[in-house]
Amino acid sequence: MKQPQIAIEHTTLPNGLKVVIAPDSIAPVVTVGVYYKIGFRLEPQGRSGFAHLFEHMMFQGSANAPKMQHIKLINSSGGVLNGSTHYDVTNYYEAVPSNALERVLWLEADRMRALKVDDENLRNQRDVVKEEVRVNVMNQPYGGFPWLDLPPVAFRNWANSHNFYGDFADLDAASLADVQSFFKTYYVPNNAVLLILGDVQPGEGIALAKKYFADIPAGPPPPFADPTEPEQTQERRGEVEEKFGTLPAMAIGYPIPARRTRDWCAMTLLDMALHGGRAGRLHRELVLEKQIAVEADGGIDDIFGYNGPSQMVTRILHKPEFSSEAALPAFDAVIREIQQNGISEDELQQLKVKWRSDYYSTLEGGRGGHMPRYGLMHLLACFTLFDGEPQLVNTILDGFLAVTREDVLAAAKKYLRNDKRAIVFRKPVNIASKEAA
Amino acid sequence: MSARPASVEEVVAIGVPALSAERAVTWPKQTKTRLANGLELVLAEAHSIPKFHGQLFFRSGNAAALSRGPALADMTATVVRTGTAKRASRQIEEDLRRIGADLSTSAGQDNSAIAFAGLSEYAEQLLGMVNELAREASFPAPEFERERRQKLEEVKLERTSPGFLASERLRKILFGAHPYGQVSVSEAQVAAYTREDLIAVYRDFYTPENALLLMVGDFDSQAMVKTAEKVFGPWTGKKPETKPAAAPPHPHGRRVYLVHVPGAVQTQILAGCSAITRTHPDWIKLGLTNSLYGGAFNSRLVMNIREDKGYTYSPRSAVHPLHEHGYFSVSAAVRNDVVAASLTEIFYEMDKLRSLPVPASELADAQNYLTGVFSMGLATQEGLLSQLATVALNELPNDYLETYRAKVRALTPEDLLNTARQYLDSANLQIVVVGDRAQIESQARLFGELEIYDAQGAPLK
Repeated sequence: MKQPQIAIEHTTLPNGLKVVIAPDSIAPVVTVGVYYKIGFRLEPQGRSGFAHLFEHMMFQGSANAPKMQHIKLINSSGGVLNGSTHYDVTNYYEAVPSNALERVLWLEADRMRALKVDDENLRNQRDVVKEEVRVNVMNQPYGGFPWLDLPPVAFRNWANSHNFYGDFADLDAASLADVQSFFKTYYVPNNAVLLILGDVQPGEGIALAKKYFADIPAGPPPPFADPTEPEQTQERRGEVEEKFGTLPAMAIGYPIPARRTRDWCAMTLLDMALHGGRAGRLHRELVLEKQIAVEADGGIDDIFGYNGPSQMVTRILHKPEFSSEAALPAFDAVIREIQQNGISEDELQQLKVKWRSDYYSTLEGGRGGHMPRYGLMHLLACFTLFDGEPQLVNTILDGFLAVTREDVLAAAKKYLRNDKRAIVFRKPVNIASKEAA
Repeated sequence: MSARPASVEEVVAIGVPALSAERAVTWPKQTKTRLANGLELVLAEAHSIPKFHGQLFFRSGNAAALSRGPALADMTATVVRTGTAKRASRQIEEDLRRIGADLSTSAGQDNSAIAFAGLSEYAEQLLGMVNELAREASFPAPEFERERRQKLEEVKLERTSPGFLASERLRKILFGAHPYGQVSVSEAQVAAYTREDLIAVYRDFYTPENALLLMVGDFDSQAMVKTAEKVFGPWTGKKPETKPAAAPPHPHGRRVYLVHVPGAVQTQILAGCSAITRTHPDWIKLGLTNSLYGGAFNSRLVMNIREDKGYTYSPRSAVHPLHEHGYFSVSAAVRNDVVAASLTEIFYEMDKLRSLPVPASELADAQNYLTGVFSMGLATQEGLLSQLATVALNELPNDYLETYRAKVRALTPEDLLNTARQYLDSANLQIVVVGDRAQIESQARLFGELEIYDAQGAPLK
């Protein structure tokens, strides 16, 4: 078994900016990412959705590159760009032909140094974000299910439980002063990592990082709200109306163990035993065998990308002739089975091979057709910001390959507990009467 | 902002570093061969990770199957993976996991496909599975019944998606009786599928003479050819006969089609007109014109209705090259009160490209964009596979990838003006709006004669 090793150079500039270079000679293309350790979990109370709205503002203009120029400069260099807001990080990234590397670094440094936006830009992006919420959530069947539905039921700490896309009233209340204050607090070099991947020499990458970023002043260490959850003692349930969809749905979430523990590795393979595609136990039992569900999938989202409370979530859309009272026990039976009998050695070996194969794909794969190295960039950024160890990318696999049957069984008993879980039901309005009957 | 964005004096960035010298783009060597049974093979090595990606294409899809039933190739592909002469459904899924592989079966209008990816160390086992699915699928009756029941729910569900309703309607308008006009299937049609229909499609379409096997990844090409010969060599079967299809109607004059979704809090706009396929000499010109219009973040339409006016989150335009015919489309999901305003800008930007030559600097920017992102395909196994598939499935010239960038760079403002006049056919654009009639009907009426449908496709008064 030959395991790919990623070549990495990394350093920290005097202003606290971490720099990670991962060179390869696959194509004359370079991927640049800047990750800030701030996500929607820690946005200010009364400003739900702000971290994401702010992400949009980062494309609206900086000291030397006014509105439209960020997008224009990258596109006209033959590249693509985007950004995304997560629970604990927000990222900005570009993939360009490697002759545009300096230009990209200049642009990222310019907006790390000084954001230059006005009320007109804020009004414009607030409108854009509202249409984003409408197209992804409010005007779509199962929009926001379950990623927006489950947190308010599952969690008690506002950091974990609020509406991450934002209540429209909160979006409307956001001011330019909020934008600048958020920028000054969290968008400091000592709260970020710069990543350069692909067609770059390590020495060249580090020299360019110094050239463009070294003179950006550090800020005070940003304050972080404590995302710790109070102990949960009983099952939590909630209900959300489904305005368009024709099938009743439910989502069940169990909290997962802290990152980089032995339990965390075991839970990940347990997750795969349950949710791993068509071979996963839930799909097999609920869709193929009992034929209650039309879809039964889910799992742990972005296992390396969280730095606080997170869940393993099962998402079930079931046939209308089964009530949720009938579908839930079928799910429970699958959980009970694995808690009683664990998994076989053969199943464990299958899971490990598949996990290893999937991990390689993450290292190599892009996002969409035009954003190469997204997966590797994301892992390196999270390992740097959360663990201080980008080299984990070459060793993290070992912990998963060392998991035993006993570990999986123990994790199933310890973490798949009814009194620790949360369930959300999506009830279609057009069949509500039938369900009640 | 009262002025239109293009007339605002552009504020440029200060101190932007120049681009350094461009590094050469070298496409990997391809190994192309044809087995004695007619199976076409295209391989390219990419040693980034110890895995490989592949697709076994059959050059017949839902369009070719339409005379037997709608979306029948799709249903056939779905059931193909549920059982073979040697393995039951559960065994297939576990055996794939055992070798760390992903596999999917699907069909579109023009092709059916088995797509796969897996660890190089298990390449032969994975090809063995692909071969078994391509040759020995057994269509177990209970699996067929289950998948059909499943499909009935999916068919109901897709009618709740604004994007689906819009594209279904536009395709009906642009393609009429041509098979491309049929993108959906009714519950009654699903209920009428028989296992024998699927088996007949499988027998006729899934043959080596009709197939193309593409693989990209960490392998030695010569050894992989030998493995493919060993695995697929004994397979036999003829190319299916093809029947000529009805000509698309090429609708004249703007018309508006409203699909009524009560309670919609946003309106999905999708407008389009007939265009060309990838083999047409104007293909690259239209690609660049589209990129300037609405195909890139930095395009005129996105800058106008998103970055200037904030009407929408994700406006875009695209050219859709189906095998026999292509079409151009522009889409945006907009606030209900700006449907007319958004359509006005959609037409404004189209007519501007049809009226005025593109400034040289804007053309250069768009040329850089298109040639740059084209090369991104080199960087991942999947990206490369998709580029190679485009060339092979469309029978494009052997040097298509190598010469594409130079062809884009050679285009002039004059070329784009002519292309826009010919293909961004604003006078004959067919407009679909999916939303709540009470909120958008009067706006929609401003743009042409209006027809109204419900989500099931029935006309409304």
